[in-house]
Amino acid sequence: MTSRPSKPRSFQEIILRLQSYWAAQGCAMMQPYDMEVGAGTFHPATTLRSLGNRPWAAAYVQPSRRPTDGRYGENPNRLQHYYQYQVLIKPSPPDLQELYLGSLAAIGIDMELHDIRFVEDDWESPTLGAWGLGWEVWCDGMEVSQFTYFQQVGGHDCHPVSGELTYGLERLAMYVLGIDHVMDMPFNDPDAPIPLSYGDVFRQTEEEYSRWNFDVANTDVFLRHFEEAEAECEAILSQDHHDPKTAKRIVMAHPAYDQCIKASHIFNLLDARGVISVTERQAYIGRVRALAKQCADAFVLTEAGGYAGS
Amino acid sequence: MPNLLIELFSEEIPARMQARAAQDLQKRMTDGLVEAGLTYGGAKAFSTPRRLTLAIEDLLAASPTLREERKGPRVDAPEKAIEGFLRGAGLTRDQLEQRDTPKGAIYFASIEKPGRPAAAIVAEVLEDTIRNFPWPKSMRWGAGSLRWVRPLHSILCILSTEEGAETVPFEIDGITAGNTTRGHRFMGAEPFAVTGFDDYAAKLKRAHVILDAGEREGHILQEAQNRAFAAGFELVEDRGLLAEVAGLVEWPVVLMGEIGEDFLALPPEVLQTSMKEHQKFFSVRNPKTGRIERFITVANIETPDHGATILAGNQKVLAARLSDAKFFWENDLRTIREKGLEGMAAGLSDVTFHNKLGSQADRIKRIEALAREIAPMVGAKPDLAAEAARVAKADLQSEMVGEFPELQGLMGRYYAEAAGHDDGVPEACEEHYKPLGPGDAVPTNPVSVAVALADKIDTLTGFWAIDEKPTGSKDPYALRRAALGVIRLVLGNGVRFGLEAIMKSAFGPQPADWIIQSAKSSQAHTKADAALGIDESGLVFDEKQVVILDLLAFLHDRLKVHLRDEGIRHDVIDACLVMEGNDDLTLLVKRAEALADFLKTDDGDNLLQGFKRANNILTQAEENDGVEYSFGADVKFADTPEEKTLFTALDTAEPEIASAMQAEDFAAAMAAMARLRAPTDAFFEAVQVNAGNEVLRRNRLNLLSRIRTLCLSVADLTRIQG
Repeated sequence: MTSRPSKPRSFQEIILRLQSYWAAQGCAMMQPYDMEVGAGTFHPATTLRSLGNRPWAAAYVQPSRRPTDGRYGENPNRLQHYYQYQVLIKPSPPDLQELYLGSLAAIGIDMELHDIRFVEDDWESPTLGAWGLGWEVWCDGMEVSQFTYFQQVGGHDCHPVSGELTYGLERLAMYVLGIDHVMDMPFNDPDAPIPLSYGDVFRQTEEEYSRWNFDVANTDVFLRHFEEAEAECEAILSQDHHDPKTAKRIVMAHPAYDQCIKASHIFNLLDARGVISVTERQAYIGRVRALAKQCADAFVLTEAGGYAGS
Repeated sequence: MPNLLIELFSEEIPARMQARAAQDLQKRMTDGLVEAGLTYGGAKAFSTPRRLTLAIEDLLAASPTLREERKGPRVDAPEKAIEGFLRGAGLTRDQLEQRDTPKGAIYFASIEKPGRPAAAIVAEVLEDTIRNFPWPKSMRWGAGSLRWVRPLHSILCILSTEEGAETVPFEIDGITAGNTTRGHRFMGAEPFAVTGFDDYAAKLKRAHVILDAGEREGHILQEAQNRAFAAGFELVEDRGLLAEVAGLVEWPVVLMGEIGEDFLALPPEVLQTSMKEHQKFFSVRNPKTGRIERFITVANIETPDHGATILAGNQKVLAARLSDAKFFWENDLRTIREKGLEGMAAGLSDVTFHNKLGSQADRIKRIEALAREIAPMVGAKPDLAAEAARVAKADLQSEMVGEFPELQGLMGRYYAEAAGHDDGVPEACEEHYKPLGPGDAVPTNPVSVAVALADKIDTLTGFWAIDEKPTGSKDPYALRRAALGVIRLVLGNGVRFGLEAIMKSAFGPQPADWIIQSAKSSQAHTKADAALGIDESGLVFDEKQVVILDLLAFLHDRLKVHLRDEGIRHDVIDACLVMEGNDDLTLLVKRAEALADFLKTDDGDNLLQGFKRANNILTQAEENDGVEYSFGADVKFADTPEEKTLFTALDTAEPEIASAMQAEDFAAAMAAMARLRAPTDAFFEAVQVNAGNEVLRRNRLNLLSRIRTLCLSVADLTRIQG
């Protein structure tokens, strides 16, 4: 474990190393979910798959959006669009901490030179009705990952318990590569014929989205979208489990959950636009949570959710 | 006798829970062992981030054999009764003993409970301890159902004697106890076996784990002081942080780093808070400049580069944090320059204080009016107090307080200074939250006192108006603290005002609809009326008055608690509480203190007895005769010299006490009362009150009534015990 790994040279090399490390540990290499989400946890491969009794192991990169964190590409650390690397293993293996430390070694963190610490940080997602216990992992005083044992998701107790690892990729990569401003970070290999920095890829989009998020997004339209997503989610879940066309039992947990994701993201956008007052805020969070809970209720009635027939 | 060693090895235990968990482990195990008959010589518990350890010395090798004798039925009792007795005792009939007793021949059973070996008992008690451990928060992991603070990995459990150590056979949810453990995660990860506590502690140290949290703390403190001192600096000590940091490391390595020049202009509290809250760094001060210029961080590992990489990383993280803080600070200062403090406060109208009590801005308006009213009574200029109230909470809208809520008030002071105030307003911004607890200092700057009182009285009247009073242990709005705050502000500054009038003003702008509801619940317990000695048939109150009196009674309750802590007896306080002007707390306490002092003297105690005797005789006579003896004692009917002397003494004392009371000079009033002691004692010694002669008797009763009236004008002595 203490062999000195070579230093990665770019953002993408760190992602590739994590991919091959977790693939070697037997995780299914999932792809990002094709919707706007605030964090990797929202991917159904985490939220829904942490429910029910079926074993599961997956890892993936998830582009994540937090409209309020937009800084027009100027802040060295803050972005409204960034990447998370997410690992979910159910049931959590007894050596998950060692596996995690192995992943840090794989991306070039030398355990003999750095100070790695597990510092109490209980995770809670009010919008997902989920919580777990674990730590933020510190490397030389910097939080490099979130490490959580899920106890409840969508209001359901987790049996067995999933272990979840979330890496903030930009921050971790900046640390490993010794970069001070995210936009200066090499995206591909610096010696490639066409070397690209993170800024080459994302500076312009950060600017465009920051302007749109904060000042332009049509709030009336989004308020309506929120209502529509909420209504659609509930409409989907109110369908009979028996599909009259195929005569099969089809519970539409995933399509409904898509609408929950949509509502959650629209709420984040509206929040960034400052049109949600402090008191309303709680109410909106409660509405998204109610959707997440109904989706969880539906998922546990599906095969993937451990449903074994009535 | 064997020694017991237990170690519960897990993933990282939150620092704040470790010390308590070690205590709980010790208490639950030792209680359980003793209850099962295993006494012991001594016990000590330890904690590190990854382990809880308990060492018990001189444990009994087995629980003692217990003999119990049970009395059974009579020998000639029905067969069923005898069989039942045998079943209960687990014996056969031939094992019973017959004894003749005055009630006839009776069966006796002698039951022997053999002792059990320590290992079996330890296993049982340990299982119970683990399954019922009082973690503040616990979790499940994997596919199991066991709960622990974080996944539990291994259990070491051995009983050792001079002959050697044996592992206690024990298994819980797939974890089997053994005699091995591991050291530091990175510097001693190989498992090793141990034979007893000393061996365990020594081997752990070799594997880079300091078992004792106190030893880790001591090491960190000493190293940190040395580092700072060697560089010509001084460590800013922080006990709480020290304990926390000692719970984050098994092998503390102290490193000192620099704070970038760019950040040294930030207020020192901002540096300290940012470093402490986010990074768990200690602050290091330059004694020459008085500024915080260095930091100490504690790593958990020794590295070949002597911590250079670790320090560089920490420094970088700190710079990013402080850039944020600097950004907030500069933005806030710009807001002050462009819009002023009141501009900064503008957003408070969008912040809900409580849905029934309006926004923060609504609340600030109420506090402003109240501060203006209170100002003259505490020596502050009304306009200034009003202005301070308007801006005292402006910093809640600052970016800095948004990031570091614990800096509220303090940032207010900095921002008020930046806005050019040097008139007590900055102090009021900082101090108007105070005193926060019984140990917190009471502000004395008049503007601070005015705003602090207004703030707390608004809080109390507001929540009283909407009937959100503390019940039992529930006090979500910290109203007891607010009440104690009012009491300490008033007493600490010798403030003189009638709280009832102030509360009446404070209730004015509170939402009226709710008050009616609140009044109903106040009436349910008529404590308010009782405390004020108002008879229920007498006065009719409107709802507001009922709520005010209820709140006043609450304040009196808190005052009693406060004064009891200061050593004043509750009956002394009661005797003063029922007097006129009891909503002037300073006066009330002055009276109570004078009375307490008076009762400690010989004269005071004797006069109290004299008063009680007079009162008893009077009460009885009044009951028998159906009249009140309150007027008309005449010296010309005085029969004995003692009677005449008492008349003279009262003639002197009455005006003395009246004028002393007028001047609120309770000590002088008590001194005048003390001079009544000798004549009163002499009177009771020589004179029989219930004389045969009805004229003499009435005159004497009326004379006693003068004593009673006079004493009651100072305090209600009937409430004094003894």
